[in-house]
Amino acid sequence: MNDATNNHSGVGLQVSHLRKSFNGEEVLRGIDFEVQPGEIFVIMGPSGSGKSVLLKHLIGLESPDEGEILINGESIQSPEIAGKYRMALVFQSGALLNSLTVGENVGLYLSEHRLKPPEEITRVVEEKLEAVGLKDTADKMPNELSGGMKKRVAIARALVIEPQLILYDEPTSELDPLSAAVIGREIVKLKQRIHVTSLVVSHDRDLAFGIADRIAVISEGRILTIGTPEEVKQFNDPALQKFLHADFQHESP
Amino acid sequence: MFENIGEIILLFWRTMLALPLAWRQRQKVFEQFFEIGNASLLMVCVLSFFIGAVIALQTGPVLVERSLSSAVGGVVGISIAKELAPVMMAILIAGRIGSAMAAEIGSMRVYQEIDALRTMNIDPIHYLVLPRMVAIAVALPMLVVFAILVGWFGGAVVADLNNHISIPIQAFFSDLRNVVQLKDVANGVFKSFCFALIIGAVSCHQGLATIGGPRGIGRSVTKAVVNSIVIIVIFDYVLTRILLK
Repeated sequence: MNDATNNHSGVGLQVSHLRKSFNGEEVLRGIDFEVQPGEIFVIMGPSGSGKSVLLKHLIGLESPDEGEILINGESIQSPEIAGKYRMALVFQSGALLNSLTVGENVGLYLSEHRLKPPEEITRVVEEKLEAVGLKDTADKMPNELSGGMKKRVAIARALVIEPQLILYDEPTSELDPLSAAVIGREIVKLKQRIHVTSLVVSHDRDLAFGIADRIAVISEGRILTIGTPEEVKQFNDPALQKFLHADFQHESP
Repeated sequence: MFENIGEIILLFWRTMLALPLAWRQRQKVFEQFFEIGNASLLMVCVLSFFIGAVIALQTGPVLVERSLSSAVGGVVGISIAKELAPVMMAILIAGRIGSAMAAEIGSMRVYQEIDALRTMNIDPIHYLVLPRMVAIAVALPMLVVFAILVGWFGGAVVADLNNHISIPIQAFFSDLRNVVQLKDVANGVFKSFCFALIIGAVSCHQGLATIGGPRGIGRSVTKAVVNSIVIIVIFDYVLTRILLK
C-alpha cells in the first residue's frame, strides 16, 4: 500500500488563513486552527456557517482561494503527499453506494485497489463491521438499514482505509438521541483504540461537549474561539452564548 | 446544449485513456451489458419488425405499380441496414439506457456517493463511466445486427401478405441479396458503434454534472436524452457523407 500502512497513530493538522468564495460570496473568511495527533477536535457552529465547505477543503474535494492546509507540516496540495497519509471522510448522509451490499460498501476500497485477496477482504469487512456493532449485516442492502446504522457502516468503511485522520460531517444529524450517543461513543472508542486524529464538524452541542478534547466555534466563515469544552462554555461572546443556550422556551435576544 | 461539448469530449478522451483497465472492470461491464440487452431486446424486436413492415408498405405498392417489384427487397434491405436500424435503435437506446445512465450517475452525484468514491481514491471515470461506455459500445452494434435481420423479416412478411405488393418471401430475400452487400451492413454497424459512444459520453457527462436534488436528476435525464438524439442525427449526416466516399 504505502510506507504508512502499519502506522496507526494519528496525524497533526494545521489550517492557516483559509479563504473561499462561491459566486462572489465569501464562505470561509480566514480560518486558522491546529489539531494535535490523536485529538478529537470538534468544529461547532450553526447551519450555513461554512463547516461543510471547510471539511471539503480538508479532504481535497474543494481548493481554497487562499491559505494552506498542512498534515504533519506538509501541504495537502503538494504532489509528494499523495498516498502518504490516509484520510477518511464520514459523510453526513453516510453516502453508501446504494447498488452495493453493506459488505461490498465496506470492502470497496480494498477490492477496487486490489489490496487484498477476496477472502481476506471478507474477513476485514466482518472485523470492521463488528467494531462498529454491526455484525452479520454484510449481506444487507443500505436501504434496509436505519439512519444510525448507515452512519456506522460509513464509519466501518472509513476504518478499512486504516485512517490516520477521520473527518466526520454532522455525524449525529437526523439521528435520535440514542443513536447519536452510539455514534459519539464510536468516535471516542476509535480514538482510544487506534489513536486516530478525529475532526468532527457538527452543530450538535451535546455531541461536541460530550466527546471533544477541544472545540472550535465557527460563525459566518470565521473561528470565534478555540478551547476545551469548559473554556468554550465560559467564552463571553453573544453569538456563541445565543447558540449554546438556544431552546424552545426562551426567545433569542 | 453545445456549451458542454468540450467537457463531453474531455470525458470521452479520459475514458479512452482508461480503456486498458476495462478488463479489471469486466464484471461491471458484463452487468451493464446484460442490463442493456435485457432491457432492450424485446423493444428492439417489435420496433425493427414494424419499421421493416412500414417501409415495405410505403414503397412496395409504388414500386410494384411501376413494374419495379424486384426492387422492393433491395429498397427495404438497404434503407434498414444503412439508415433506419442504426438511427432508430440509437434513439431507442438513448431513451432507454442513456436516461438510466444519467439518472443513476446523477443520483450518485446528488447523494454524495461520487464524493465518497473520490475520498477512497476511486476514479468515478474508471468505476462508473468506463464499464458503461464499453458495454454500450459492444451492445448497440449487436442490437443493430439483430434489428436489421428482424426489420428485413418484417418487410418480407408485409411484402408477401399485402395484396398490393404480393412478393413471396423467397423472392423478397433473393432481390435483397442482389442489392445489399456486406459492406452496407458493416456501414450500419459502424454507425451504431459511433452512436453508442455518443450516448455513453453524453449520458455519463450529464450524470456527473448533475446538481440539485430530484429535480436536478430529472433535468439531467431529459438533457441526456435530447442532447444524445440531436448529436446522433447530426453525426448521422457526417458519417453518411464519409461512408459514401
